[in-house]
Amino acid sequence: MPDWLIIRTFWDLTVTGLALGSIYALVALGYTLVYGVLRLINFAHSEIFMVGTFGSLLASSQFLNIPLLEDGNYPYRAGMTLIFFLVVILIIAMVFSGISAVLLERVAYRPLRGNGDSIGAVALAFLTAFIVSLIFIDDTQVNVIISLVLTAPIAYSYLRIFKRGRKAPRLAFLISAIGASTAIAEAVGVWGTHGRDQYQTARILEKKTVFNLFGTDVRIDYVIVIVGALLMMTALTLFVNKTRLGRGVRAVAQDAETSRILGVNVDMIIIVTFALGGVMAGGAAMLFTLVYDQTRFNIGFILGVKSFTAAVLGGIGNLKGALLGGLVLGLVENYGSAIFGGQWKDVIAFTVLLVVLMFRPTGLLGESLGKARV
Amino acid sequence: MKKSVLRAGATLLALSLVGVACGGGDDASGNGCEGDLKIAFFGALTGDAGNLGINIKKGLDLAVAQHNAENADNQLVVEAYDSQGDPDQAPALADKAIADPCVVGIVGPAFSGESAAVNPKFEEAGLPIITPSATNPDLSKNGWDIFHRALAGDDKQGPGAAAKIVADGKMKVGVVDDNSEYGKGLADIVQESLGDKAVELNSLDPEASDYSAIITAAKDAGVDAVFFGGYYAAAGKLAKQMADAGVTATFYSGDGTLDVGFIEAAGPAAEGAILTCTCAPFDTNPEFLKAFQDANDGENPATYAAEAYDAASVFIAAIKDGKTTRADILEFINGYDAAGVTKQLKWDETGEVTGSAVYAYEIKDGAIKGIGLIE
Amino acid sequence: MSTIGNAFAPVRDAFDSIGDAFHRMNQWQKYSFYAIVIIALYLAPFWTDIPVIGPIVDTPGTQFSTVLNDQVIIFVLVALGLNVVVGLAGLLDLGYVGFYAVGAYVTAILTSAHGNLPWLLSLPIAVVVSMLFGVILGAPTLRLRGDYLAIVTLGFGEIIRLTAKNMDWLGASRGISNIKKPPSIFGLKFGVIDPKPYYYLGLTLVLIVVFVLHRIEYSRVGRAWVAIREDEDAAELMGVHTFKFKLWAFTIGAAVGGLAGVHYAGKVGFINPDNFPLQLSILFLAAVVLGGSGNMYGAILGGVLVAYVPERLRNFADKRVFVFGVVLVLMMVFRPEGILPKRVGDEHKKRQRSSQNEEVAQ
Repeated sequence: MPDWLIIRTFWDLTVTGLALGSIYALVALGYTLVYGVLRLINFAHSEIFMVGTFGSLLASSQFLNIPLLEDGNYPYRAGMTLIFFLVVILIIAMVFSGISAVLLERVAYRPLRGNGDSIGAVALAFLTAFIVSLIFIDDTQVNVIISLVLTAPIAYSYLRIFKRGRKAPRLAFLISAIGASTAIAEAVGVWGTHGRDQYQTARILEKKTVFNLFGTDVRIDYVIVIVGALLMMTALTLFVNKTRLGRGVRAVAQDAETSRILGVNVDMIIIVTFALGGVMAGGAAMLFTLVYDQTRFNIGFILGVKSFTAAVLGGIGNLKGALLGGLVLGLVENYGSAIFGGQWKDVIAFTVLLVVLMFRPTGLLGESLGKARV
Repeated sequence: MKKSVLRAGATLLALSLVGVACGGGDDASGNGCEGDLKIAFFGALTGDAGNLGINIKKGLDLAVAQHNAENADNQLVVEAYDSQGDPDQAPALADKAIADPCVVGIVGPAFSGESAAVNPKFEEAGLPIITPSATNPDLSKNGWDIFHRALAGDDKQGPGAAAKIVADGKMKVGVVDDNSEYGKGLADIVQESLGDKAVELNSLDPEASDYSAIITAAKDAGVDAVFFGGYYAAAGKLAKQMADAGVTATFYSGDGTLDVGFIEAAGPAAEGAILTCTCAPFDTNPEFLKAFQDANDGENPATYAAEAYDAASVFIAAIKDGKTTRADILEFINGYDAAGVTKQLKWDETGEVTGSAVYAYEIKDGAIKGIGLIE
Repeated sequence: MSTIGNAFAPVRDAFDSIGDAFHRMNQWQKYSFYAIVIIALYLAPFWTDIPVIGPIVDTPGTQFSTVLNDQVIIFVLVALGLNVVVGLAGLLDLGYVGFYAVGAYVTAILTSAHGNLPWLLSLPIAVVVSMLFGVILGAPTLRLRGDYLAIVTLGFGEIIRLTAKNMDWLGASRGISNIKKPPSIFGLKFGVIDPKPYYYLGLTLVLIVVFVLHRIEYSRVGRAWVAIREDEDAAELMGVHTFKFKLWAFTIGAAVGGLAGVHYAGKVGFINPDNFPLQLSILFLAAVVLGGSGNMYGAILGGVLVAYVPERLRNFADKRVFVFGVVLVLMMVFRPEGILPKRVGDEHKKRQRSSQNEEVAQ
């Protein structure tokens, strides 16, 4: 065997590539679910992930009250405490992401589908009042108070407009998604306690080596990420395949109109879809902070683009495709970096996508949330 | 109806012509100023790299405040042009600064990228600039008369960093950069100075989260030191992930990393890291340190604050000397030779400050400590 | 209609009444209207000096005339080009910044880094090279369906930027400086400070592009594009060679994007890869859709707004991007076709019918 970097470090690259790929895959599921059901690129899904990382940040720093450092060292926990803490952080991250995904759908997408409701109207009314008040007054507290006062009348008129039930063209959904994505990230960048700087999350898991794979030390956090991601994906697949709601998701993905006629509550199913995608992104966010201990207002952007690439690579709308696409992308990036140098990483990732789509125009596994068995 | 459309168009035209008649004077340069003279800050105050700009502005603010307190009859104003470090936004701001006849000097532009975009404009306008932070060596090679920097460029810092690494007895040094103009420029100089001790590890994306591929390569090469050319946020992530992966090599980096943000991001992994800078340690001049602390609630001056103070002081000296036009002030600066708080301030014809040095800093007990000059 | 929610109703009514009045004008009146508007536009750098109105339009902190050229003209040009791709042919392009970058880089290479051509000569070459890139990207990918095309074009934009960033021949992250300026003509000197000559040049380019695109839009090609946008399969069945026309849309869009890049490079004199981030592609798309995808004048308006409003709101400092995001959502919720929707004919009736059907269904 030739003495190339990629061959010498193959297993190292494989382990780290799979770990990052698992996170891509979890986030890619959100894109794929929403795409499968609504045929919509949920561009703002990246920010749902970002909100999840902040959820786990708040969980550890506020709720569990863990300091960043204890006597100049990481605040390691062990045994049952560790497991309990990890589970708490995971749940809070999932709740943050899940709720924000559902809210996102209400505010930025549902009104475009022609059946906006009061939650969307109130949120949009508040935002309208808020940005208008920003023009005149530069004091966040005053702005919030003014906006709260003005919310009710504006929301009332918005609701009346919603009643008309006008449907927007497809492109409008994408732009709304882009707007929501920008607004969520910027809101964190402007009003977050550290603004646009990096935030550190407390490290409670000591990154010990657990076993040796062909001469490569495999760390516990990588094991947790890969196993955790696989477990979450299995749970999701079971949910979609075996439960009543899951069947609803598949039915709407296949044909929304027919499902509606057959008595499926399509709006409910769409909420479930967004919630599922959000929960997966929350899981990804928790695993992400576990490995990298940090987050930032714009952390979602690059990761979102990559995850979306992964979803398309595997076949968007296809749950197994998201897994495969994520893992392939993670590995390709790492192997590619070793061969061509780290600066070409993204070029390699996108080139692989181009080549795959040229030969398989619907991705590696094809699109099939509704059509085939998932 | 159609008449009214035509009438509206005609009104617009007429108004525009009024504008032409009223205006025409927006290219004035030099001495058309009514009111107080202004020294401008040009650089990022918001955006990703806002920290460094805020440090600089504090140094500038202090110098101007001291002057204003002493000279009630000759007040100066600080005007801030916030470019967010974006070369795309910089030209429109630079044109505004040039069009304002009261702006007679600029402390900045803070970064090398925006400097390349706007310095030709300042040169054409004859508006003198002293940058406290843009260290790209190429900037002084453009023949700009208006260009000065208050600290040495990366062509001094790079060999200094390499000398420090060699002096520390390192034999195999992995060199990484963030693929920015500054980071790659500095890393290339360090790599060249290290010669065959250097191992090229290529570039990383500062916005990415995972650097495992580069760390794997560093591990494989068996390096005993890593030099990173880039800014503090990425440096912190890299140092931390290196430590996590079991790489024990000492972490070296340049002035872009010299910020508490690095310690925050790297945590305990920052301990023992060595940083170089052509900027002086904050406690070089006790008088300045005290004045700065008094003006900023006891806060210590951070990277570039002292250089910004020096830069502002030179402009203030020129104005005190009765120079009020851009041309006169430029001439004054080119002939300037006096001690500042960081170094002797005297510029050669390319705008490089003479007699500058490279300082080393170490991260110890979670704080930045100056460990002296690099010979 | 009586609610305050439909805040754009007055705007739309104003535009509608202008449009109606315009259509009732005779030839002579139309031409004089055009002439007046164009002259007023050429005088735009002086608007800030008009009493009362001046302070309202002026951009705080930045030079108004520089903003007019560096931001507004560039965005208008780009929006015009992207409108052909997205609005007329219905192809979702998230990597349009790539063509803009190609135009700028070709000019930079030919006039500074690896050549000594005058700017004027680099212009046609850069436009042709941009078109070539349009074909290179379009030929293999245009067979993909809409959303796959979106991610592929996004990747293309990134590949262009990263290649420029990593290749020393292209200046790497240092970028390329000393790009040549346009030649001085009619007493206009293209220097480094005064942005007005560049604005006059840019506005002239915009007018030429508008004229050319207008001709194309109402030609056989333009009708084919609309057919593809409305229903690709139906168009194919009716004998429209869809692939060929989609490729044309891509190529013409690329040419206009490249032209914008050439103008930008000539003005600024210095480019580096950071001038062409992915986010810019998204802003370009936002400009087209905000203004009214499919309507050239909508795209122009969108370009003006997306470029100018953030500069006008500079005193919001770092909150303006947030405001921009919220405005995009509100726009799409209450006026999804953009401020100036595309001209509607049968299509409009069709939509009315379908929305009525839905109301019946609910």
